[in-house]
Amino acid sequence: MQKYSIFNLVKNAFSNHENWDLAWKDPTPKEEYDVVIIGGGGHGLATAYYLAKEHNITNVAIIEKGWIGGGNVGRNTTIIRSNYMHDENGLFSEFGMNLWRKMSQDLNYNVMFSPRGIINLAHSDAQMNAYARRGNSMRLNGIDAVLLNREQVKEIIPMADFSENVRFPIFGGLMQPSAGTARHDAVAWGYARQADSMGVDIIQNCEVIGFDVSAGKIKGIRTSRGNIKAKKVGICVAGSTNILAEKLNMTLPIETHLLQACVSEPVKPVLDNVVTFGAGHFYVSQSDKGEMVMGGDLDGYNSYAQRGNLPTLQHVLTEGIAMMPFLSKLKMLRTWGGIMDMSMDGSPIIDKTHIEGLYLNCGWCYGGFKATPASGWTFAHTIAQDRVHELNAGYSLNRFSTGHLIDEKGLGTKTWIS
Amino acid sequence: MLYINCPHCGMRSQNEFSYGGDASVKRPELNIEVSDQEWDNFVYNRKSLRGKHLELWQHISGCRQWIKVERDTATHEIFRTFKADEEVA
Repeated sequence: MQKYSIFNLVKNAFSNHENWDLAWKDPTPKEEYDVVIIGGGGHGLATAYYLAKEHNITNVAIIEKGWIGGGNVGRNTTIIRSNYMHDENGLFSEFGMNLWRKMSQDLNYNVMFSPRGIINLAHSDAQMNAYARRGNSMRLNGIDAVLLNREQVKEIIPMADFSENVRFPIFGGLMQPSAGTARHDAVAWGYARQADSMGVDIIQNCEVIGFDVSAGKIKGIRTSRGNIKAKKVGICVAGSTNILAEKLNMTLPIETHLLQACVSEPVKPVLDNVVTFGAGHFYVSQSDKGEMVMGGDLDGYNSYAQRGNLPTLQHVLTEGIAMMPFLSKLKMLRTWGGIMDMSMDGSPIIDKTHIEGLYLNCGWCYGGFKATPASGWTFAHTIAQDRVHELNAGYSLNRFSTGHLIDEKGLGTKTWIS
Repeated sequence: MLYINCPHCGMRSQNEFSYGGDASVKRPELNIEVSDQEWDNFVYNRKSLRGKHLELWQHISGCRQWIKVERDTATHEIFRTFKADEEVA
């Protein structure tokens, strides 16, 4: 594989950059693979990369219905954080933070990881107490957390509404200084390029239409480009999880919902951090191009449409304007939607299934992007070793029947309860 | 914007409604032995169909009645609406 470096950049300049290698090939599916990963999104590509890198399993195919990085890894708001209270989420995400920090070097691909810090605003004394508790839990797990009072928040984000007579005055906030953002497409492309170079076949425009299971054991998959035999199959398809589960006669604690995001026109640098509104569901950061990147609630009803509906967008932006009134002056540049695999407790599932050799990775709700490296790493471990790693032991499929839910914030499918 | 034809009030905008999830889910009968799996299916497990989906909505800013709506989850087209106690053929 051609290394991306200043030397190669200069060298290729002499041939007008026309002789760069392709970043990944377009192979024809082989008859059989050791492992087939269904879903060429961030998590699937990362899984294939770590299967090759950590477990030396390179006879691997990624089967993607559309094109790689065309789903949620290309549709998110690029936020990376590990500000969770529960051990399962905190330790898993902080493991991921360490992978994020060295990802550009590991992948030889600039993912533009920018640890600019995230601030969750608090709007009441009770919320300050809850944040103090969460911050303490984070610090016990080795995650950085700083509780900010009103004045400290005002120093960092003076453009927020600090007037006294507002419905949700800012009391303070909880900050994770090491959180941040990254270039989402680069994450998909970086993983794809490295996986491909280690022998993984990335097969695009190939839809899975069925599974071959016999005697409780996976034998292979049926696709729009023919049957493929596989010793092991990993499902990593986010919002399409229920569609594949139906083909396996499985019913999962997952509903598919629509989540929107939007960006404003680009403006000069005004916001250094990621900021979330504490009295609703709204978050904002500023991209390197200057656009304000914003998101919030689900549209609220089951949906497979990768496009949003205006009432929810209006609701989300109303919260944004309450938090930072200057946002009302900006024109909207783009809005888009992705379909989320919403689990019933708001936490993900990375586990084996009742079918031998079939593995499941789903339930990422609002937080799939930041989990990309840790999800790929643990899923690769689960597939390669045929047992869960201690980092994803809590993300079991049967926790709903045993009662071991990981209810971080009550942000599952049922936004209508709130 | 979705427009939902409330069987009690007529055509109204989605802003007046709140969503209640899959209407095909049935609570297990209480006077018989219920297995853990049955409770699991009732509380957590969902088919989340792509295509025609029968679901509950509440006309929360209107008549406050729960209704059933048959809607396509891929196109958002609404085919039929029913009163909560109406059997859907």
